[in-house]
Amino acid sequence: MGLLKAVWRHPSGRIGAAIIFIFLVLAGLGVVGLTPHDPLKQFVVDRLKPPSATYWFGTDLLGRDNFSRLMLGISESFIVAFASVAVAASAGAVIGLFAAWWGHLWDGVLMRTMDVLLAFPAILLALLIVAIEGAGMVTSIVAIGIVYTPIFARVVRAPALALKAREFVEAARTFGSSQGYILTRHLLLNLVAPLTVQITLALAWALLTESGLSFLGLGTQPPAPSLGVMLAESKSMMTRAPWLMIFPGLTIMLAILGFNLLGDALRDILDPRTQGRAA
Amino acid sequence: MNYLTQRLLTFPLVLLGVSLLVFFAIRLVPGDAIIAMLGTEAGLLTEAQRASLAAYFGLDQPIVVQYGRWLAGLFEGNLGISVTYGKPVLEVILARFPLTLELSLLSMLISLAVGIPAGVFAATRVDRPSDLVVRLFAMLGQSTPSFVVGLVLIYFLSVTFRMLPAMGSFTPLFVDPIGNLSQMILPSITLGLSFAAAVTRISRSAMLDVLSDDYVRTARSKGASQRDVVWKHALPNALIPVVTLSGVEFGYLLGGAVIVEQIFALPGLGRLTLDAISQRDYPLVQGAVLFIALNFLVVNLLVDLAYAALDPRIRLGGK
Amino acid sequence: MSTLLEVRDLHVGFGREPRDNEVVKGVSFGLEAGKTLAIVGESGSGKSVTALSVNRLVDFGGGRITKGKITLQRADGAAIDITAADEPALQRIRGREIGMIFQEPMTSLNPVHTVGAQIEEAFRLNRGLVGAAATRAAREALERVRIPDAAQRLRYYPHQLSGGMRQRVMIAMVLASNPRLLIADEPTTALDVTVQAQIMALLAELREELGMAMIFITHDIGLVAGIADDIMVMQHGVAVEQGKLDSVLDNPQHDYTRHLLKAVPHFTSGSAVRSDGGSHAAPIVTVDNLAVRFPVLKGLFRRKTGAVHAVDGVDFELRPGETLAIVGESGSGKSTTARAILGLVKATRGRIEAKAGRSGRPVQMVFQDPYASLNPRLNVEGLLAEPAIAAGQRVDAKLRQRMVFLLERVGLTKDALSRYPHQFSGGQRQRLCIARALMLNPDVVVLDEAVSALDVSVQARVLELLIDLQREFGLAYLFISHDMAVVERIAHRVAVMYAGQIVEIGKAAAVLGAPQHSYTKRLIAAVPAIERRRQHFAVDVTQVPSLVRPAGFEPPAAKWREAGDDHRVRVEETA
Repeated sequence: MGLLKAVWRHPSGRIGAAIIFIFLVLAGLGVVGLTPHDPLKQFVVDRLKPPSATYWFGTDLLGRDNFSRLMLGISESFIVAFASVAVAASAGAVIGLFAAWWGHLWDGVLMRTMDVLLAFPAILLALLIVAIEGAGMVTSIVAIGIVYTPIFARVVRAPALALKAREFVEAARTFGSSQGYILTRHLLLNLVAPLTVQITLALAWALLTESGLSFLGLGTQPPAPSLGVMLAESKSMMTRAPWLMIFPGLTIMLAILGFNLLGDALRDILDPRTQGRAA
Repeated sequence: MNYLTQRLLTFPLVLLGVSLLVFFAIRLVPGDAIIAMLGTEAGLLTEAQRASLAAYFGLDQPIVVQYGRWLAGLFEGNLGISVTYGKPVLEVILARFPLTLELSLLSMLISLAVGIPAGVFAATRVDRPSDLVVRLFAMLGQSTPSFVVGLVLIYFLSVTFRMLPAMGSFTPLFVDPIGNLSQMILPSITLGLSFAAAVTRISRSAMLDVLSDDYVRTARSKGASQRDVVWKHALPNALIPVVTLSGVEFGYLLGGAVIVEQIFALPGLGRLTLDAISQRDYPLVQGAVLFIALNFLVVNLLVDLAYAALDPRIRLGGK
Repeated sequence: MSTLLEVRDLHVGFGREPRDNEVVKGVSFGLEAGKTLAIVGESGSGKSVTALSVNRLVDFGGGRITKGKITLQRADGAAIDITAADEPALQRIRGREIGMIFQEPMTSLNPVHTVGAQIEEAFRLNRGLVGAAATRAAREALERVRIPDAAQRLRYYPHQLSGGMRQRVMIAMVLASNPRLLIADEPTTALDVTVQAQIMALLAELREELGMAMIFITHDIGLVAGIADDIMVMQHGVAVEQGKLDSVLDNPQHDYTRHLLKAVPHFTSGSAVRSDGGSHAAPIVTVDNLAVRFPVLKGLFRRKTGAVHAVDGVDFELRPGETLAIVGESGSGKSTTARAILGLVKATRGRIEAKAGRSGRPVQMVFQDPYASLNPRLNVEGLLAEPAIAAGQRVDAKLRQRMVFLLERVGLTKDALSRYPHQFSGGQRQRLCIARALMLNPDVVVLDEAVSALDVSVQARVLELLIDLQREFGLAYLFISHDMAVVERIAHRVAVMYAGQIVEIGKAAAVLGAPQHSYTKRLIAAVPAIERRRQHFAVDVTQVPSLVRPAGFEPPAAKWREAGDDHRVRVEETA
């Protein structure tokens, strides 16, 4: 695959891809239960132990293994992030594409609806949805998915409008090509690149929002560990057991960093105009 | 059609959409509207009490009529009565709002003051070590959630200085400016860090784009100095995307305030919303969400006006 | 005469290893005060890079001077080596001693500052003028470049001015410093031909007045014939021929110079029109009283206050096997006419009739920009298959056979099928577009500025190909162009469009050789030609009229005058 090779040659792309790969492995092991300890089991005698050979990242107030909980937390956060971005990207892409293609009234109606959603700060819209549906993993997915749908709609609509005016689409019209053919072959195919970049960057935001919701107690519910929940729990013990804060904090940061780096690299590779421009 | 006219025309439409969404979203809460309005206390009511309450609040009317009455109430500033506070929702919100507004504005100010110069600095030294350092910090800043920043700041304060920032109650700016700022500075930095990183990144890439534009070459051919080229010719053009970003990001700041207020135990609008959700005080949730969205929309409109002021192509229309 | 500028063995490279990536490979020339040197070459010849090295603007585009010396005689008599000068010294030279105007007037002015502010800045930097003195100087400069209402125009932003006006503003800015050397980098390439003539006349006048030397860069050897003293022809980073203008034009030594002079289309006032083909058969496309109007909407309620009359009352016939060229400048409505025939824009009124011929879609189109008219994500097989798929055909061996046949016919090979557009040059892409247009075996091909985006020598070969294909397949061409020289080579008949209407139509030799309408005459007079290089033109400031008409406006019916066999001219109002 040319793209994978290009990512690997890109300095920040390589770091980002490596980070995400490690996290995916950890998350995978977490899901199938291959953790050093049972993440939910309470080793009562080993409460608040600092990092050691047995408990790599220490233990929490209830004597649960911090590292095992992190692995499970990563998988929880990643599932929410991937699922919500899948929702947002597909819904947003369809809305943006049709708004651009049909134009006129449809464009107005669809994009003003997106504006209404955008009028709510992301966390707040998610809060509203959580308030209605009650906290939980599915609610988080739906909430984050809805929050990012308008962003994808905008990301797709602008280049779709530009493509629609391009001469190869006009040429297609002179041949009498069908709408379906033009939409898929001429528009969607050329939107793969910006969508790939946006999906990668959206995964970073989704992780951020998911952990934020969990931190507020409105995402994944305890005792299931999620990165946000673990950080929230660490707050009251930060001076006694700083490792409970440091490791989840670093984990979230690294995961978001990984997607941001990869997204930037993809943008450099896929958009020749910004070659070497990503900050 | 003129961009500004279009913007001003669609504004009320979006407002209407927002009110529709907030109104009907709350109606989606499982259980009936009485529970939605009175929370758990609704369980103590008898059937007859329920019916008379429903008639009193107009809940026996068709939903469209209910929406109309609610909307009409909005114009008089009537957002309903908070169940937990027993006071008008608007009054509760207005008491908490100054803190959140100050927090958002302060962090925006810090972000722009740090981000724009940093971005310009990096763009004029592209690919040199100083550029790489700025890019690294911007990347890290953008990847660090505010609650991690906040916790780390509190941790260092409490471990190194054995002190904690003043929490719990809010000191208004005009009462005690120094007390207010010493209370607000850490939360503002916490909230503004990732925005500062975003401003740095976008200023840098916009500057890079603009610096390779033809009119910059024209300015150089006239004999303009590097300083004139950067600040007079390039920056005004590069600011256009920064301003656009600021409008959008102000919403994230208002939303992010929820988290930061929670970490620093600040009694702002964000924490009010959060408490209202956990206490199922639906009129308050509805009011707070609507109020924040409204603020965001107004700021966005102002930003668009600023955007137009910067760009004569939009201000004056034309090709 | 003293030598103003002396360039010795100039090498310029780009990228991390500029020495391995040289674009200019050892160019030398000298320029005396008050003289004009023309540097002629196609894209990639290194002509612009050479010019940008003279004031070291090339540094800001990523270039490095790797070798050589550029000696400039300064106003105070001291000589300075520009390749060794530091940035502050260069800033004193730029503007004050060396002025420059660029190719793209649309992007060369800062969009957020008024033109007044930008001209005043030049006066501040180079003459130390500020405040009212600078404003007055800026106004005088605008008047000098013949911009009407100069005092008001100072407050305009660049986007409120036309391309020709913007180029005059650029020239006004350069005047601020009275430079002893003006570098003009393709200053008229982006402009219409009549506007080009205005700018060229203005430059020639100012050069006499100020006694400045000029380096004029262009791809059009005909354009510099009237303005240059010396000429330098560049190809692949080397000067292949240099010398006095007349000796190079009349007695070229190098093959490439000969090629530029002979193979490339030059306008010869109708004496080089085609003698083959043409037809008197019944028309295959008939356009009758065609009008295309775009509504102008104003105010809060988007009320229709008028309309842009892009095309108004156009009729013509296209006969099988002939080329009808529609010539005109930007805004003349020529492209809109073409797009209306293909149904890409809706006709407001009128009748377009295309006889069903060899296939269901008898009319096909080739667009101007070969980079934009091919979907970058599809390979050639996918691109060529599209018209067939749209016509309901299956992609099978027979269809592939036709693809290969057409590819070979337009000068490409079979292995192109699996390649993507970015792997081809501009000329090859346009050949692909032509092959694609022929997939369904049409009777008519509309060519909308189809060779305008190509380099001059590529242009000549694509024109030849088009003529061959026309003979072989019996195609009729509707050839839309702004370029009289190209039109002369391919057209049997010519229609001249101005402000949405045809003003003159007829046999190519008659229209191009003996133009009757005042606009046709003006248009033809503006075309640069080597033969007419000793003629001088006065500065003419005619502006194109606005096409926006109030709601309900109907143009008066056209009156026509026969100027000969198959040559009609619109009667002009004597106002």
